[in-house]
Amino acid sequence: MSEGALARTPLWPRHQAAGAKLVPFAGFDMPVVYASIMEEHRAVRTRAGLFDVSHMGEVRLRGDGAVELAQALLSNDVLGAPIGRVRYGMLCQDDGGVVDDVTAYRTGEREVLFCVNASNIAADLAWMREVHARMRSRCELSDECEATALLAIQGPEALGIVAKLLPEGFRPPRLWHFAAAVLAGKVEVLLSRTGYTGEDGYEIFTAAGKALALWDLLREAGGERLSPAGLGARDTLRTEAALPLYGHELDRAHDPLEAGLERFVAFGRGFIGEAALRARADAPARRRLAGFVLDGRQVARTGFAIHTPSGDGVVTSGTFGPTVDRSIALGYVPAGLAVGARVHVEIRGKEVPCEVVATPFYRRKRN
Amino acid sequence: MAQDHEYEIPDDCHYTESDEWVRVDGAVARIGITDYAQSELNDIVFVELPEPGSQLAAGEAFGVVESVKAVSDLLAPIAGEIAEVHARLSEHPEWINEDPYGRGWIIAINPEDLDALDGLMSAADYRAHVKARAAK
Repeated sequence: MSEGALARTPLWPRHQAAGAKLVPFAGFDMPVVYASIMEEHRAVRTRAGLFDVSHMGEVRLRGDGAVELAQALLSNDVLGAPIGRVRYGMLCQDDGGVVDDVTAYRTGEREVLFCVNASNIAADLAWMREVHARMRSRCELSDECEATALLAIQGPEALGIVAKLLPEGFRPPRLWHFAAAVLAGKVEVLLSRTGYTGEDGYEIFTAAGKALALWDLLREAGGERLSPAGLGARDTLRTEAALPLYGHELDRAHDPLEAGLERFVAFGRGFIGEAALRARADAPARRRLAGFVLDGRQVARTGFAIHTPSGDGVVTSGTFGPTVDRSIALGYVPAGLAVGARVHVEIRGKEVPCEVVATPFYRRKRN
Repeated sequence: MAQDHEYEIPDDCHYTESDEWVRVDGAVARIGITDYAQSELNDIVFVELPEPGSQLAAGEAFGVVESVKAVSDLLAPIAGEIAEVHARLSEHPEWINEDPYGRGWIIAINPEDLDALDGLMSAADYRAHVKARAAK
């Protein structure tokens, strides 16, 4: 079913050896599941899971104009971000439509590292280069995708597992911060206190050549408490946490405001798309992303119609949430639909009742 | 992708291209989905079951099996009237994953014509059919 050669991350041999089910994703041969999606999901919620997300892309802006270019590209504030800070935000078109949702790392006074979705690497690079030319920027823009591997270790025990590999007295970066470290005295990494699961943990950047060493170190340190987890669990986890997936909740025809991501839009800095978003923020909203819990166990799928008293909507993501033990969905509906409203999702010709709920569907307990 | 996974394919069943199995069980023909099918679907969360008494034509959709990641129609291997429906699958859809040929059975029919089984795949045929698809 896969056409043409699929790319492989450096971890491919580990996935193969573990008997993972590999599927094409964004041009890569990626593990969707090792044994059971629900087991991997539960492992992340109760202990720790390890994801290979090396298919994602990295672009570094460096030198004079680097921060200014990043500031123009990102909906969130980069200039005011101190070194060591991570910002989540959107790359927007002039009309406010989302090109990609990304994380931006303030790695230096005049340096920003972007981490972008695998499915958008080519589009993001093209857009960044276009804006670079538009601004007559002098900064260096380098594609570091091939050179960089990225693993995510997520779950209540994730930090403890990584701590075993860190020198005594190493202070973990706070949420939304990152720090350079050397694990087990051997592997240089960037530890980012971020994630896509709703759990605490790290996303760990390293050189592609060190990826296998990093994977093996983490697996050994984690032992039975750490399970490899695939893209299937990654999707159920992020859906329970109501985190957007580009191509579903976000695309060029949708803006960050209607997706509920206002807090990642820092008005007043002159980023591309700001004027359009300002106009949309001032006008009455037409549609809005909402969360739904379905009666029964049928799963709402992307593209299914939502029928509400104030008009129709569409499901952007749906799954059965193993932790919340309910069928859940995200979708765009006419703005103003209240939490608690009872509406319907059309599933294979049947109107299945569901309720609008506040998101996220799952929130981890914090101490 | 290319996995040397041994899928369970019992010799006492016949198989469809759409991954259903059928086995003669006394007066009825019992039907479910294969080990390969449940493995591809992964964790099954929901089964849409038909009513007993309905008539099925060969190849007709009689229900749906839904997992976290995919949904799949269930197609009747041979024609007949639905005699039994495994209602308890509503509370235990995971039985299909755990024991697809035993406790994971889905319906049983009174077959219109048992000779129709000859038109289906034997275990050996089905094994080849799975191998061809698993080795993408």
